[in-house]
Amino acid sequence: MSNIGNSLYNIVHLDDLARNKTRIHKLHPLVKLIVTLAFLTVVASFGRYEITRLLPLFLYPVVIIALAELPKAPILKRILIIEPFVAGIGILNPLFEKQTFALGGLILSVGWITFLSIFLKSILTVAAVLLLVATTGMDRLAVALRMLKIPKLFVLQLLLTYRYISVLTEEAERMARAYILRSPLQKGIHIKDWGTFAGQLVLRTFDRAQRVYQAMCVRGFTGEYNTGECIKFKTSDILYLAAWLAFFTVTRMYDIPMLVGTLLTGVVK
Amino acid sequence: MSHHKLEVKNLSFVYPDGYKAIDGISFTIHHGESVGIVGANGAGKSTLLLILMGVLFPSQGEVIVGDVRVTKKTLPFIRQRLGMVFQDPDDQLFMTTVYDDVAFGPRNYELDEKDVEDRVVKALDMVGIPHLKDRAPYKLSGGEKRAAAIATVLSMQPDILVMDEPTSSLDPKSRRKVMELLKGFDHTKIITSHDLDMVFKICERTIVIKEGRIAADGLTSEILANQKLMDSCGLEVPLALQSCPVCGRKNQI
Repeated sequence: MSNIGNSLYNIVHLDDLARNKTRIHKLHPLVKLIVTLAFLTVVASFGRYEITRLLPLFLYPVVIIALAELPKAPILKRILIIEPFVAGIGILNPLFEKQTFALGGLILSVGWITFLSIFLKSILTVAAVLLLVATTGMDRLAVALRMLKIPKLFVLQLLLTYRYISVLTEEAERMARAYILRSPLQKGIHIKDWGTFAGQLVLRTFDRAQRVYQAMCVRGFTGEYNTGECIKFKTSDILYLAAWLAFFTVTRMYDIPMLVGTLLTGVVK
Repeated sequence: MSHHKLEVKNLSFVYPDGYKAIDGISFTIHHGESVGIVGANGAGKSTLLLILMGVLFPSQGEVIVGDVRVTKKTLPFIRQRLGMVFQDPDDQLFMTTVYDDVAFGPRNYELDEKDVEDRVVKALDMVGIPHLKDRAPYKLSGGEKRAAAIATVLSMQPDILVMDEPTSSLDPKSRRKVMELLKGFDHTKIITSHDLDMVFKICERTIVIKEGRIAADGLTSEILANQKLMDSCGLEVPLALQSCPVCGRKNQI
């Protein structure tokens, strides 16, 4: 079942990326978290018809990918994974919206604009979160969340859930492999076995999680997850934070594409 | 140093489904001893180890480490004194790098990060894998994973090492390496295994468990060579003590 194996590889690949040592990686995790939250808020704050105003915000993921030297293809692939769901949500908009607009002689439903807006917003938000994880790593993110006074129970829950994804996928892969090897004439897992398969998977994962937890307990784990890092704020962190917040504020307050357009047409005239 | 002593008194354990895995076991292990705990599958070895570590609590009897009884209250102390290496290194290694995994224990005791680093470096040196510190544990080979799992426990600087099947599923060379490693430790060692040749080489004392009870407790050289005893407990005399398959000559102890 190479698919399950691949997805496991994909999950841990983000962790691998987070271990790079670029300028973006070295920034304080709290600063990156705040910038990401600000970015998400700004993206979400635009109305459903304001698609052009979203465009300048694409600068953020582009700059981060470039400065953090992240490979473009894997990040893009992950963003695209979510798009079928987004399309599922927005695809009926062109049918429901009664208003129309003209584009080069074509009369189109306004629904296409709202659909595009959902599409762009999903790309931006998913990209921002992926980039946050790929440049920070879950452990350092947890440090940032603790600094924001998020209760340790929630942070721990997040970290362990993230860790157990790999435990779950590994178990699933083993079971699927054993199944496929003994059922050479069929493709995938037969629908009549889905129930047993899912049930077994849950039980086996519980068992495995229990052993992982026991191994943690015997090494003195009492509920506090220490990553051991004491990261200090630097001037570059403050500058990074200030620059992005300023950019987001300007994009929110002014219609930059419109301004650029007016400027250009003014120059042409 | 009395806190290296481990005393088990009249221990019994019944699983919630009514299965009595341990039935009145008592023994004392002294400082510096290497003790092998052997028995057939389902004899109760792993349950016994989990009780020693305070992961399970006995239905009856008690475990005393040094002068401290294993109870919920004393667990932090007990777990600093006893380090346990699990049978499957994948259960033990779950962080993103080997370094973080080895540092996990010391960090739980809120040591200064400098001290944590010293301990991690020392533990990785002891098991001979300092070059793997930044690797992701899931990418290591079986032997390397085992060494890393042992390092995660050594970094806690325990007095007593408890190991569940330390040589299982290793290739011959890796097995040899792990055995050399274990031999080199001065710790008090408690090792459960089906690898009786390993027990024969590393442990001076052996406890044989059968159906949750102690069937024999004594010198390894005497117990493992006792064919009748071994047979009755679902075990075999170690290969090293059996006749040579080519010339038929019997090895001498």
